[in-house]
Amino acid sequence: MSFSWAKPYEPKHPLMRWIDERLPLPRLAYGAVGGGYPVPRNLNYWWNFGVLAGIFLTIQIITGIVLAMHFAATTGGAFNSVNQLIMRDVNAGWLLRYAHMNGASFFFIVTYIHIFRGLYYGSYKAPRELVWMLGLVIYLLMMATAFMGYVLPWGQMSYWGAQVITGFFSAFPLVGEPIRIWLLGGYAPDQAALTRFFSLHYLLPFVIAAVVILHIWALHIPGSSNPTGVDVKDEKDTLPFHPFYTAKDGWFAGAVLLVFAVVTFFAPNYLGHPDNNIPANALATPAHIVPEWYFWPFYAILRSFTVDFVLEAKLWGVLAMFGSILLLFFLPWLDRSPVRSGAYRPVFKRFFWLLAIDVVILGYVGGAPLNWWRTALGQVAAAYYFLHFLVILPLVSAFETPLPLPNSITESVLHGEEAEAAPAGSTPRGGTTAAAVVQ
Amino acid sequence: MATKAGSAEVPQSADAEGLRRRDYLKVGAVAFAGVGGVVALAPLLVQMAPSADVLALSTTEVDISKVQPGQGIKVSWRKQPVFVRNLTPKEIAEANAVPMSQLRDPQSLAERTKPGKQNWLITLGVCTHLGCVPLGIGEGENRGPYGGYFCPCHGSMYDTAARIRQGPAPKNLQVPDYEFTSPTLVTIGAKGK
Repeated sequence: MSFSWAKPYEPKHPLMRWIDERLPLPRLAYGAVGGGYPVPRNLNYWWNFGVLAGIFLTIQIITGIVLAMHFAATTGGAFNSVNQLIMRDVNAGWLLRYAHMNGASFFFIVTYIHIFRGLYYGSYKAPRELVWMLGLVIYLLMMATAFMGYVLPWGQMSYWGAQVITGFFSAFPLVGEPIRIWLLGGYAPDQAALTRFFSLHYLLPFVIAAVVILHIWALHIPGSSNPTGVDVKDEKDTLPFHPFYTAKDGWFAGAVLLVFAVVTFFAPNYLGHPDNNIPANALATPAHIVPEWYFWPFYAILRSFTVDFVLEAKLWGVLAMFGSILLLFFLPWLDRSPVRSGAYRPVFKRFFWLLAIDVVILGYVGGAPLNWWRTALGQVAAAYYFLHFLVILPLVSAFETPLPLPNSITESVLHGEEAEAAPAGSTPRGGTTAAAVVQ
Repeated sequence: MATKAGSAEVPQSADAEGLRRRDYLKVGAVAFAGVGGVVALAPLLVQMAPSADVLALSTTEVDISKVQPGQGIKVSWRKQPVFVRNLTPKEIAEANAVPMSQLRDPQSLAERTKPGKQNWLITLGVCTHLGCVPLGIGEGENRGPYGGYFCPCHGSMYDTAARIRQGPAPKNLQVPDYEFTSPTLVTIGAKGK
């Protein structure tokens, strides 16, 4: 649907023609993930992770539907329905539950790689701003879904996770506490909260699937970006999605599923927390309470506000945590550089890796028990996170001198890396850049 | 990329033999993934079969010492009702008087009870038509014209040996596996003599 040379669907079998004339579903699939979708020929392996995220969403939905057949959403029965019925009694229940538990972690792993790929290669820039923003919506929905799913086994970490996360809302003055009570349907997590979390945990993945469709739809208007960030100019720059990228995505999905299987079968509880094997107790909080690993960086930001300043420290922490994701919606306008790919932005590239290290540090601080130096480290890392997006990125995009861009994707592919950075008869710096973006 | 571009132009020289190395790889890879995908369906299907806690309920022990002739009790076995009935000599005589040729599902009372225990009629309380619980085991319930059980859902009528006599049900009430572990104890679900 994006380029004039995209091959139209031509049904080979009369039955397919019969269907296509009445319901052009084969045509839709052919244009979206078949031979009719031209994709830049130079995609590297970082471009495989969108498909992987889709695969893990599918795994989560399938295993989740099956687990819901055995789960009892009652405060008295939830823990045993998971730990006794599903883990011991239901045929293959242990496998399905471990696949669902670790599937959530893998879903986040591949999504984080997908997000950081977008950050490095400037995939959020025009004309793909909505692709980026829809992706952030998916990410927020994933966080809500994962949190509510973690509550369902009704162990100690489930219970106190529910308590702490709904506690975020109590930070807001006046309306906060009533909102928290309304969300829980009580003063503390109990039956009402468990039942509504189960209902929403079942609903949200389908909302995610719907937003994924919008995400892909918006992507297919300009077509996929690529490691050079240079726009596709003609047919030589692209390959049909099928068979080239179906084959590449297919084998790589097999490789990642192999890693998934290794973790699921040999270290199924490695990413979990042992305290969640203790039934929920409303009268005692576990000594070291942390969220699942994929929330650690945000948890570190939440904890880094320790002193009241105009507003309460508690409110600052909650605002900063939500703000750290919400500011990503403004990224297309914070980074004004017309060059998309970090490969041609020497200064940006360095700050990108600093940001990656910063997020890893935040993750470490968020997952570890607090002491004075970890608190200080977390505060510095949290400050740097905001500094990166709000100050460094706008400044870098204003003052940086990007490397000359290749004239086309084909040219960059056919030359070696050296020539890619300085193409033969190199055009004046910035000239190609502007041209690439204007088109 | 260069490899891919090149591979697309692999000369068709092997066409004479009708099979290229690439075809072999393609079929092998897709078949391998396909078999893996089918195997991955197995846990999704077997999880619906009865779980270990359900199978653990496969037998139920019943104390029949308090059941007087002419009375019956309803017990639960695998979440299904089981009728345990102590037949009176009159009811036994009625059952034995019916010629086999009149029965839709011919079986004698002796075939439906244990030797020497012909008064103990133990059947599932599940109508063989569509699974309702027939009336007739409780005191004062409608036993139907044949003196056994009457299913209120669609009007199937059973005689004193719980054999189908009239109505839509195709079979007699099913006799489960059971054994007398003592003169007054019955284990339903056990494959005894």
